[in-house]
Amino acid sequence: MTNPLRIRMAGLHVRYGTKTVVDDVNLDLQPGELVGLVGPNGAGKTTLLRALLGLAEATGSVHVGDVTLSDMAVRDRAKLFAYLAQGGPVHWPLTVESLVALGRVPHKTPWQKLTDVDAGHIESAMAATGVQDLRDRLVTHLSGGERARVLLARALAADAPYLLADEPAASLDPHYQLEMMALLRGHIDETHGGVVVLHDLNLAQHFCDRLLVINQGKLIADGVPEDVLSDVLLRDVFAISAARWDDAGDSFLVPKAMPRLSGGL
Amino acid sequence: MNTTAIVSPVSLNAFLGVVLVVVASGAGFFGATSLSLGQFFNGLLGQADTATNIIVQELRLPRILLGALCGATLGYAGALLQGLLRNPLADPGVIGVSASASLGAVIVIYLGAATAGSMAIPMGAIAGALVATGLLVLVSMRDASVLTLILAGVGISSLAAAGISLVMNFAPHPMTLQEMILWMMGSLENRSYSDVMLAVPFMAAGALCVIGAGQGLNALSLGEDTARTLGIDLKLLRLRIIAGTALAVGATVAVAGAVGFIGLVVPHFARALIGFEPKKLLVPSALMGAILLLLADMVTRMPIGYGQLRLGVVMGVIGAPVFLYIIFKTRETMR
Repeated sequence: MTNPLRIRMAGLHVRYGTKTVVDDVNLDLQPGELVGLVGPNGAGKTTLLRALLGLAEATGSVHVGDVTLSDMAVRDRAKLFAYLAQGGPVHWPLTVESLVALGRVPHKTPWQKLTDVDAGHIESAMAATGVQDLRDRLVTHLSGGERARVLLARALAADAPYLLADEPAASLDPHYQLEMMALLRGHIDETHGGVVVLHDLNLAQHFCDRLLVINQGKLIADGVPEDVLSDVLLRDVFAISAARWDDAGDSFLVPKAMPRLSGGL
Repeated sequence: MNTTAIVSPVSLNAFLGVVLVVVASGAGFFGATSLSLGQFFNGLLGQADTATNIIVQELRLPRILLGALCGATLGYAGALLQGLLRNPLADPGVIGVSASASLGAVIVIYLGAATAGSMAIPMGAIAGALVATGLLVLVSMRDASVLTLILAGVGISSLAAAGISLVMNFAPHPMTLQEMILWMMGSLENRSYSDVMLAVPFMAAGALCVIGAGQGLNALSLGEDTARTLGIDLKLLRLRIIAGTALAVGATVAVAGAVGFIGLVVPHFARALIGFEPKKLLVPSALMGAILLLLADMVTRMPIGYGQLRLGVVMGVIGAPVFLYIIFKTRETMR
């Protein structure tokens, strides 16, 4: 029997006008793994996430278990994916607690009040991200790192099988970047998976179980980080070379611009 | 200050409910003929003398009902539109319905309202509001962005304002021009149950359209993309709010004229007391709108100078400074 939460994409295309942004992507996702989505700017990473979320019109097929994703009710789809948008706009100065509570919207009709079950998810999301002491603070009064944790708590409160995060570490200092990735990593278990768009290849290889590399809309690599981030791929996709070393089993790479780029930079 | 909530929404709503009853009762005593509490309630039950019965039941009561309904509509509409457009400066005027309703009324006055019956002007205003509502619905059904909606509203408003100027330009008589200007300043004077019966179906239809919209407005706090991923049908939400507020506000303008500031300021009052969550602002904004309009209407009944104050003028004179004060007080929070 098919895992009811396993996602299978086949022949996925997204076009903006005449430009093909996602080109014939085939891949499987399942809970229990944190998948890193890497690639150069404009490669189609965010668009692939948006297609999965129903925010970008796509052709091809996406199945969740035996169900076609496009046949799912909007609210059922909302329960399947929690989305952490790039930049995470917040238009009103809400309190942290009321913002985190918005994660429960997919589980409520407009008439239903939050139950004890909802309150439990909200509390555990705030506890997991360490923002319980901020609950009465206005989100506009938080630092960048605090705000990022609060927005993650909102996504975690949804208790969705998949968390889709678009550059969650962008604009954070190194400490908060590591903290954010550790929180995402800690969220993954047998019923929860995640896809995270990243530009930092060290974070990607350090925290992700699997990397997908997108270039010019095509999925060109899919595997464990140490296999995917080869010198050839770094050269062909990112136009970089990398100095590498291991530290107590952890591998690191320092990117260097290729000679053909250095003249222009 | 960490949080903006001073009271809970439930406590605030209960308090405002009591204040509304007190103010509405006060509006019943207050007028050219002052009534005591006993006279007012006896008149309400039809047990006072004939003159008092008529004053209470035929003059004061419809005026109070209309004042409360129009104020509640404007307050509620302001909170809805500010939430939908995520813009604290939005008000019912921004979608162009107020100006279109005014154009409809002004055209009827130009054509000779006096000979067409007392309901001709409000019917003309309703027609104007419905035309604007239809245009807005067409725009929002095309999955328009917030910016497109605002620009469509500005366009409709500008067009209606130009139409009003044109009609005024060709007013056949200075008295006609005066009638147009006074009507647009807003008033609840000499309103009857016919006005109530004209406005209520549109207000009720508007309220039905927007009922349950609060959850979507809360989700929109996180932007349109995230709101959609939370399961909100944004196209439907926009359509419901635009159509609902347009219908209800159109009816308000038809029976009370163009009364500004309530829809703009009242949500800010509510935010200062219970915070910024859009859903929680809807009921207190409606209650505060009703209270504010009834108070403003009482001011218009005061004998000041040679003429009589108009509702729109009172709201502008009170509303603008209070609005500036609120903006000054909350500038840090909004940053």
